Order: sequence, then C-alpha cells, then structure tokens
Amino acid sequence: MAERERMLTPPRGGVFVARAQVMSPDDVTRVITRIGHEIVERNHGVGEVVLVGLQTGGVPIARRLARVLGEISGTEVPVGSLDVAFYRDDIGLRPVLPEAVTDIPWDLSGRTVVLVDDVLFTGRTVRAALNALADYGRARRIQLAVMVDRGHREVPIRPDFVGKNLPTRRDEMVDVDEEKGVMLGDVVVP
Amino acid sequence: MSATHLISVSDLGKEGIDDVMRLADSFVEVSEREIPRVPALRGRTVATVFFEDSTRTRLSFEAAAKRLSADTMTFAAGSSSLNKGESIRDTVETIEALGADAMIIRHKSAGVPLQVTRWVGSRVVNAGDGWHEHPTQALLDLYTVRQALLRRGDGESFAGLRVGIVGDVKHSRVARSGVLGFTAMGASVTLVAPPTLLPPSVEGWGVEVSHRLDDVLAGLDVVYLLRLQAERMTEALLPSLREYTANWGLTRARAAALSPAALVMHPGPMNRGVEIAAEIADLPCSVITRQVANGVAVRMAVLFMLLGQGRNDSGRPESGQEAPVDA
Amino acid sequence: MPDLVLVGGTVVDASGTRRADVAVSGGLIAAVGLGLDGTGMVLDAGGCIVCPGLVDLHTHLRQPGNEEAESIETGSRAAALGGYTAVVAMPNTDPPVDSAAVVREVQELGRAALCQVEVAGAITVGRAGERLAPLAEMAELGVRLFTDDGAGVQDSRLMRRALEYSLPLGVTLAQHCEDAGLAAGGHMNEGEWSSRLGIPGLPAEAEELMVMRDIALARLTGARLHFLHLSTAGSVAMVAAAKGAGLAVTAEATPHHLSLTDAELAGYDPVFKVNPPLRTAKDVAAVRRGLAEGAIDAIATDHAPHSQEAKEAPLDQAPPGMLGLETALAVALSELGEDMEMARILAAMSWKPAAIAGLSGTQGGPVAPGNPANLCVFDPRQRWTVEPARLASRSRNTPFAGRQLTGRVRHTIRAGEPVVVDGEARR
Repeated sequence: MAERERMLTPPRGGVFVARAQVMSPDDVTRVITRIGHEIVERNHGVGEVVLVGLQTGGVPIARRLARVLGEISGTEVPVGSLDVAFYRDDIGLRPVLPEAVTDIPWDLSGRTVVLVDDVLFTGRTVRAALNALADYGRARRIQLAVMVDRGHREVPIRPDFVGKNLPTRRDEMVDVDEEKGVMLGDVVVP
Repeated sequence: MSATHLISVSDLGKEGIDDVMRLADSFVEVSEREIPRVPALRGRTVATVFFEDSTRTRLSFEAAAKRLSADTMTFAAGSSSLNKGESIRDTVETIEALGADAMIIRHKSAGVPLQVTRWVGSRVVNAGDGWHEHPTQALLDLYTVRQALLRRGDGESFAGLRVGIVGDVKHSRVARSGVLGFTAMGASVTLVAPPTLLPPSVEGWGVEVSHRLDDVLAGLDVVYLLRLQAERMTEALLPSLREYTANWGLTRARAAALSPAALVMHPGPMNRGVEIAAEIADLPCSVITRQVANGVAVRMAVLFMLLGQGRNDSGRPESGQEAPVDA
Repeated sequence: MPDLVLVGGTVVDASGTRRADVAVSGGLIAAVGLGLDGTGMVLDAGGCIVCPGLVDLHTHLRQPGNEEAESIETGSRAAALGGYTAVVAMPNTDPPVDSAAVVREVQELGRAALCQVEVAGAITVGRAGERLAPLAEMAELGVRLFTDDGAGVQDSRLMRRALEYSLPLGVTLAQHCEDAGLAAGGHMNEGEWSSRLGIPGLPAEAEELMVMRDIALARLTGARLHFLHLSTAGSVAMVAAAKGAGLAVTAEATPHHLSLTDAELAGYDPVFKVNPPLRTAKDVAAVRRGLAEGAIDAIATDHAPHSQEAKEAPLDQAPPGMLGLETALAVALSELGEDMEMARILAAMSWKPAAIAGLSGTQGGPVAPGNPANLCVFDPRQRWTVEPARLASRSRNTPFAGRQLTGRVRHTIRAGEPVVVDGEARR
C-alpha cells in the first residue's frame, strides 16, 4: 500500500511499531473464507471471475482467496498481480519503484475483476489500479475486496467485500502479516 | 537512486543500476501491452537536445518519453531550432524556459551535459558527450546481458563474468561507460586493443589490458565489439583497416573459437567486415538486436527515476523538500 | 616634506629585514627609519610587510584587440591591487606587438596605467614562427623581452638565428615551450585524468622537448634565454642542470602551477583550462622545489583574462588561461610559506623578475633613500575569500573562486603615487 511504502522507505525511513493485534491469523483465515463465499454469492458462481492482487499486500491474500474459491466451486480461478507505481497521483521526494512486475496475462474484456488489497485507506491506490486495469481491456465489472477498511477516504471508492471495518487515527498505521495477523501501530521515524 | 541527473554511470552505483534494471523489467511488460503506455510522466516535458546528430538514439529516447505519457520537444543539429551562433548556455536556458523538465543532451564535446547541470534546473541525461560517456548505452548493455543470464537460468549476478571490450577504447564513450557499468556489477573486464587505441592511462579503471584478441577470446563470456571509425587511419593510429580486422576483428574463424555460451555485443551501427564479420551479427550468440530492443525500456526506466517523483500542488516537479504524504 | 609615510611596517628587501617606517617624496624614497612622521599622507602599515613593488614578467593585458576581456587600464588596476608596480605585457595582442608602431601604441596606452607597463615584443612576424621580427627596432624603443608566447617557436633553425641576432641587443628571448606536433589537439594534461574524462591530452614531453632543444641552442649560441611558465618535473630538472652547467638561462612558474593539479578538471570547468595545463601532484611538488632551490627564479602570473561566455564553451573549445594578478601574492604565501623564507618568496616576485626584465634601475631595488618609490605593503596574515565579481579585472576566470587565501595587499605605491590605499584602488 502506497502510504506504507512512503513511510518505511528512505528518505523517511520509518519503522512500524505495533501496538495492538486487531485480528489474529486465525481471524484472517476465517475472513478470507467468508469473503470467498460472498464473492461466489454476489457473482452467482465464479465463471468469469478473475482475481487481481495489488502489490504487495494484496497478492498473498488474492492467492489465498483463489484457493478458497477453488475449493468452493471446484474451478481454478485465475490470479494476477498489479503494481500501480506508474499510475499514482501522489506527491513525494522520490519515485517509488514498483515492487514487482505487473502480471496480468489475459485480456480482461467481459470478465469480472475482483481487485484484492490488504488495507483500504485513502482509496488512491485503488483509483490508480482502476486506471491501470483500463489498459488491459474493458472489464464487465470491477469489484473490490479488502481485509481491512480503516476509513479516511479521499476519493469516492467503496469496497464490495470487507474483512473488518477498523476506525483509526490518520497518523496510525495498519499492517497485515501472514504470521502475526492484523496489527495496529505507529510509524517511528528515527 | 538519489541521483538528480544521469551524466555518468558512476552516478548510479550498483544499487542504482539494479533499480534501473528491475524497473526496465516493468517497462518491458508495459511495452508488450496492446497500448504500451502508462501515465507516470503525464504533464512532464522531456526535451531531446542533440547538438550531435543521432536519429536512432534520439528516437529511442522520444519513444521512451511518450510511453510514459510525457510531452516531448525536439532540438536537433542541422535544424533551425539549434542556432549555430547561440551559446550552449543560452540555448538550454531557453529550452528550460519553454518548460522542459528534463533534457536529453548529446554533444561532440565531453563535459557539456555536466556544464549544463550548472545552468538549468531541468534534469539532465547524458546521451553521449564526446569520448566521455554514454550511460544509457551501458545500462541497456547490462540489461541485455542480465536478460541472457536469466534466460539461461544462471541467475542475474554478474560476479565473475568475464567481459572483453574490443577495439577503439581511447575514443569510445560506450567503452568508458561500459567499463564503469560492468565493474560496478562485479564483472571482470579486459580491454583488447592496439596500444594506439587505448587511453594514455587506465590507472584506477580496475581492468586488465591485452593487445592480442586471440590470447583472451576463448576465455570471454561477453565479447563487446566497438565500432572503428575511418578517421583513425588518418590520425596515424592504425596503418589500415585490413590490419585492424586481421588482428582485432571478430572474423568467422575467431567466432568459432568463442566459448559456446559467449555473447557477442555491439553498440551499433556496425561496420560489417571490419570489427565484425558480416554473418556473425545474425548468429544466435549475438544479442545485438536485443540491445536495440531493450533501449526503449531502459530509457523509460531512467526517465521514470529522474522525473517520476510526483508534483507539488503548484504542478511543478518536487524540488527536494519534504511534502505531505498521500496513499 | 614627505608626500606620504608608511608607518609601523617591517621592511623586507634584498638587503634584509628590519622594522622601519618609510617616507616617500617626489617619486623617490626619502627616508627609512623608526619614528618617521610628516605632514603628508600617513598610511598605516602596522602588522604589514613593506617590500619593493612586485614585478610580473608575464601578463596579458589584451589591448589592442581583445578589450572585451581586459584593457591596459583594468589590467593595471588588477596588478596594483595585487601589489604589482610593474608588469611585462605579452605581445599576443591583435595586432601582435611585432613592429615599432605597435610597441609605441601600447607604450602610449600604458602611460596612464596604475603600474609601469613594459612591452614585450614578438620574436617572429605575426608570431607565425616563419620570419624574424624587427628585434633591433623594437629594442630601440626600450623593449627588453621578446617572446612568441601563446606558442613556441617551432623551427629550430629560426630559433637559433633569433638567439644569435639578439646577442648584441642586450635583450632576453623568452620561450613558451610547446612542441606543436606532440601537443596536437590536447586540452589538458595527458594522464590519468584526461583518460578518465575522455579529453585529448598534452603530454609533459611536449613542453620538455622544447626545453631540451632550447637549452642546447642556448649552449650553442651563448645567448640569454628565459623559460616562461614551466610546469613539469622534467622541465625543472633540465633547467637546474643547465644552470649547474653555467648557462645563462632563467625560468618562471605561475601561482597555479604551484598549487593546482589536473584533478581540478574533473568538473569540466574551462576556468581550469590553461596552457601549459595543470599537471600532476608530482609536477606541482617539483615546481615548488624548483623555486625553493633556485632552479626557477621567478613567479610570474601569466594573467590571461577571458570573457565569461568564452569560458562557458565546452572544455575542448574554450580558450586556455586564468586570471592571476590579484591572487598571486596570497597563493605564493599560502603555498610556499612553509618551504621558503619571506625574503626569498618576495625575491621571486620582485627583484629577481625585475632583473630578468631589465628593470633593475626602477623596480625591485632596495628600500633605501634615493631609490624609486615602487612599494608593496601587505598583511601576511589577513584572510580573504576570492570573489570573482569583486575583482578589478574585466574578466572573472580565476581558478581560486570561492577559496580562502591568506595574505592581502593593503597599499601599493607606484613611482611615489599611492595607487592602492587600504585595499582599494584610488583610480
């Protein structure tokens, strides 16, 4: 997520210091299962569904979701990854380089794309992702699944599937980690 | 990477070079899309300022800028837009006033891009200055080698790679940038040339020198051939082209002596029959066409690194002060 | 009644060092001693050294022909601010000083200058290196030094003839040593730096070859010869040996060759481009040793003004040359202060060049009553920062821009006139 990258990389070079665990790893697993069912329900099956994880936090969640969808439906659901580095509209001292190459090896025309991210905050990353997806064909519909919605939206973006709604202060940070679960904390800049 | 300009390969360091190459991977992906464009540099203006002509390099930079959605301005020698009587300083100050956020400069005199950085606020990319450097050429060369290594499943490390740079090193900006780039990445470099085509001193370059190509050819993983210019004969540096080819040209016979996995490279344009036999450029060991193909993606990476940092509220690029953070 | 008195300084000249006040009257030194006073102008020389005015053997005043960069007036003002009471103006003007007519023109222009302007003549017509210039005719007008400076005389036979011809004239020929063939196309010292920067180099041998040749010609002809701006260890060694063998050769070195190396070119700034070029640290050390040991007799600035636009051209197109008059004393003190005594440094900047230029009657003489009042008063401890825009020269190309130097001229007295007072030129 863009905010996290900016705070933790030079020149800010901050360190995330966790204060409280908001969801345990087991909670996260349960939530992924629930969202998987919601996706199947909303789309009446997984026929045309494609999952696209946003680098980097959304990618592991998208993969886990794909597995769940596979178990529910018996069909393999395609998973791609999207880095929005080249679509951002934010301000900063240095360009933030893409974490990884975008991998969307199919035409999205006519498909239902479910964008997957770990934390939804201002919404600008998702806005950038929508711009990026437009370059891969005209999707039939685009839905958004997030593990945590922490509020403070700056653009009119709303999630379709939410793991947990978590009110936060703007200067706090939320981190989703496979082993630790969802942690709330602060960024300490040395 | 924290460089503001790209004048020399040494502005990047190994870390910067790695960043450029990883970025180039992303831009290769962009270039393969049906619409090969991203909005990353939308609203920015990139000016190519070529006091010395080179259509290929200039077009490569312009394509790179356009794929990043930047606007381009072209100033080329021979066209009326580069006034012969005007000083370089006046010319670039005018170009900056016209809104150029970055200038890609090529000049036949070494040092001009560096001098320009003292006169304008625009980012400056050296597209070749005299005998001094041509950093984006070295970067795309490194990228091409990395690409070949990854394709072979050898991993992307250059450590221990044996590179031979063959030909007119003395007058070659490609060679100087190449030496800096390959040594920064951990490869070992040997310069192969007659004494008259080597610089007066290679002290501190971290390279070996050989005057006989046949002595080192079989041990090279990369054979990088430099172009030989005809003028060198008139300057009493070489007796004849024939003698050059016989001793330092990659002839068919020499190509057979190459190690099986060796790569053959050339910055172009080639003098077929002089430094390289006509048919070798088309052999599988040659990656010369891939060098050209990789040029746009690598230049996109460089432009993105120099200009991709976002704007402040007035619409001008960030000048280096802390700004509010967004997500 | 003295016109002015310099009070509280320490006098240093060829005869020694002593605390003394100096009174000046009617263009001459009137008295030297303690407790002098007078009703005329009193100039504070407390904490300062009072010495014979400095003499520059090698200045480019650019007039006639290149007044955009400097004029005789502005150059002489820079000289006075640098403590110089006499300069030898180089003949590579436009037209060059290769005839009586141009000599007279420059001498006329020099009459109003703030320092004494001696005119040097060219050795060959047009400085083209083909035919001898009218040396006798120019000598008649008082020219004592001849050089094609800017270039060396390439033709050995012609140089031999010039030396022979000059013998009875009581003049000195001076050489800018540079073999054109070896030098061809070079813009900086040939070596590690030129290789790294991709700039064609000038090998040390281009200078040394002509030094070697001219020493042989001096031996052959028995004539006096002065070597301009020596810059390499090899050149210094050869001149030392020639002197040891009793030849009548003298040599000078510039402040920049005493202090700066070719590493300064790393930023491709043409302000550091000069001919002969800045060399290696070994060469700088050898030039300094040469001065300390006497192989090199004089420090000469080779003051070479160039317009800002000219010095903003690419390195391989910009003209070579640096300013020097206002910074020479400070650079010499800073660089040589540890290896040489004050008197010897001043000798190299005043009475020795005066002798080489044939000016011993009026310049460089001991600070004693009856001698012409050409004096330099400077504070050897004053620190100052070189600001190009504040220099008196019309040009700005100083390699010491932004540097802090130690040693500053406070007053300069030329033929009894206080042309510089408290660090400011009075006209």
